[in-house]
Amino acid sequence: MKHKIFSPGLLLALSFLPLLSFSQSFLEGSQVTGNTQIDAQIYSEDSKLGITDSTLNYKKFGMNGFTNVRYTNGNFSAYMRVEGFLNPMIGYDNRYEGIGVPYWNVNYKIGNLEMTAGHFYEQFGSGLILRGWEEWTLGYDNNIYGFNAKYSPAKGVLIKGLVGVQRYFWEPYTPGSRGIIKGIDGDFYLNDMFGGMNDAKTKITLGGSFVSKYEKVPTMGFSRDSAYTVISGSDTSNWVRKTTYQYNLPHNVGSWAARMNLSNGGFSFYGEYAEKGNDPNATNNYIYLKGQALYSTVSYSRKGLGIFLSTKWINNMSYKSKLTESGNPPMLDINYLPAITKVHQYSFAAMYPYATQPNGEFGLQGEVIYTIPKKSKLGGKYGTTITVNYSMANSIKKEAISPEIPIDSTGTIGYKSNFFSLGDIPFYRDLSVKLEHKFNKTFKAKAVYYNQTYNKHVIEDEIYDKSELVYAHIGVLDMTYKFTRKKSLRVEMQGLWTKEDKGNWAAMTLEYNVAPKWSFAVMDEWNYGNENSNMKVHYYNVAIGYTEKTTRIAVRYGRQREGLLCVGGVCRYVPNSTGLTITLTSSF
Amino acid sequence: MKKLMLIGLLVLFVTAVYSQDKKNTGQKLPSVEVRTLEGTMFNTAEISNDGKPVIICFWATWCKPCIKEHDAINDVYEDWVDETGVKLYSVSIDNSRSSSRVQPFVNGKGWEFDFLLDINGDFKRAMGVNVPPHTFILNGNNEIVWQHVGYLDGDEDEYIEIVEKLINGGDIK
Repeated sequence: MKHKIFSPGLLLALSFLPLLSFSQSFLEGSQVTGNTQIDAQIYSEDSKLGITDSTLNYKKFGMNGFTNVRYTNGNFSAYMRVEGFLNPMIGYDNRYEGIGVPYWNVNYKIGNLEMTAGHFYEQFGSGLILRGWEEWTLGYDNNIYGFNAKYSPAKGVLIKGLVGVQRYFWEPYTPGSRGIIKGIDGDFYLNDMFGGMNDAKTKITLGGSFVSKYEKVPTMGFSRDSAYTVISGSDTSNWVRKTTYQYNLPHNVGSWAARMNLSNGGFSFYGEYAEKGNDPNATNNYIYLKGQALYSTVSYSRKGLGIFLSTKWINNMSYKSKLTESGNPPMLDINYLPAITKVHQYSFAAMYPYATQPNGEFGLQGEVIYTIPKKSKLGGKYGTTITVNYSMANSIKKEAISPEIPIDSTGTIGYKSNFFSLGDIPFYRDLSVKLEHKFNKTFKAKAVYYNQTYNKHVIEDEIYDKSELVYAHIGVLDMTYKFTRKKSLRVEMQGLWTKEDKGNWAAMTLEYNVAPKWSFAVMDEWNYGNENSNMKVHYYNVAIGYTEKTTRIAVRYGRQREGLLCVGGVCRYVPNSTGLTITLTSSF
Repeated sequence: MKKLMLIGLLVLFVTAVYSQDKKNTGQKLPSVEVRTLEGTMFNTAEISNDGKPVIICFWATWCKPCIKEHDAINDVYEDWVDETGVKLYSVSIDNSRSSSRVQPFVNGKGWEFDFLLDINGDFKRAMGVNVPPHTFILNGNNEIVWQHVGYLDGDEDEYIEIVEKLINGGDIK
């Protein structure tokens, strides 16, 4: 890298110094806040789970940690995050190993303009074409490094623009290493824009966005075999001709989205439609098809009743700032395709989670929450809450473009699919019914039943068939008893019954809490129904937590069960492990 | 260049930390755009309660202890408001996957707080929130004077004790 005498960074750093030394008024309004989290694990060998020093790669200690610091003074703020993975804990990608500052920015506001330089997270609409976000527990971070501006030219109008490149582990950006993203978004709140609508009961917000990625594309080819027969005299011989073709990869891939939000009292509607241009990439097997997505939700609610329905249809919507990038953890995602299945809180209900299928899926979720009023016959003194939720995800219908070309053939348009079509491969089904009741001042309980269908091939192996479906019934009983105002005991019992996969499970948790500081827990998950009698494992854990205002220390010893950990439809595989885990979180 | 910039930032942070020690007031709320349940924009600097204390709770529809905390406060919230005039802002950090569930969820639960949606976590980052639930208490001048992470049954009693102390001019440190 060339050293310029007047680099912007140097100028910026220099400009702070006189401010700091001489301007007392600048310091008077200064504020610093921040937070830290450190997770450390010490692993042990465990013959029952087949864990030895060599399967651990002799990494007997893992630590993931970060510290955020935010400085503000009036309209100016600066932010930085130090991250360290020394070594990354089990289940996190080894490319994270290291320590550094993957996220920092400076930000100021002048009137209706807000500027950010450095790293930032931004979201357009529901994120169908652009969303920068991070999720620590997943090891997911696709922050954008560049410039971001937000400007409100008139009341009710917000325009956002950005240019930047995305994070890829610790690898610094170099020309050609990944694409450059540009985007613009507008949000128009009609009731504020037009005086006559100020007092209207119906509130309407319209929005639209455009995103484009430029990438210096590689020269890549593929080959296709064609069979032919040669007959000479009485001899017949079969031959295969291998022809090599070059992909015609676009340097620029654009996408756009339009959205609408409408609300009237307890009624609310949100709809967003997005399209993406021709974008052959590793996820879609390099086909030239355009992408399409629709996401909408309708809800109605009043006190004590909430009803909600959400639908989604996506077709070929993987959108990354590097076309050859694929695999896990997902990196360089420009957009975000939310899984619309429900996020579950109990461990067995989350054992078979759903992960978004960007190449095509239809999804639907409906929920009703009803609270039987307090002091009624059924509701009792405190009321009873009933929640019923159903969600499903299916394939979309894909048709071959011609009889000779199989669906998804690389270097072709891939397939045809009618908008909002529904395919016949079930990806996921989930029905749950939850009852919550507070019996008296000291005792409350929750009971939940789940019925799930999980397409293991699709969700774990990206094999699109229905030959490995897991059908599971799950029951949970969660009770809390308060001995005194500060002391309570929570008992949680769970059962999972299935004939597939690893068979039946049972679990129990006892948690004794002394508010506001102490928490003690013992838990065990037992795979008693495993067909392999050696694998009828107890995943036991003991844990102690201590909280002092904003600092929390938790120590846990035991076995971590392997499985998919998912947040927002993005999943991380967590392998089996045994050992001691220490978590420290703190804010200042 | 990057290194210099970082050094500059560090100097700024460190100097600010020292200069801050002189005053023992709380921190001002950051100004960040979030959304209301109707989908309109709302600047967090506008959070206020006519000179009375404010409680801000960060939560999500997928967070079990958060829901427990909200349920527990909801049972006593009417009394709290009558006795102290406190106001609770409940900030959901649900992302676009579940943010549209928030309104039917809170209504279905019958919760009666002031709700805000922090869909991409901007307010969460500005407030230094790691994981929900994270609760802040603001004094009558809108300064953050107390905060707490996590929820255990009975924690809500401590919240109202702090609010009462603030109103009666007691020391909360």
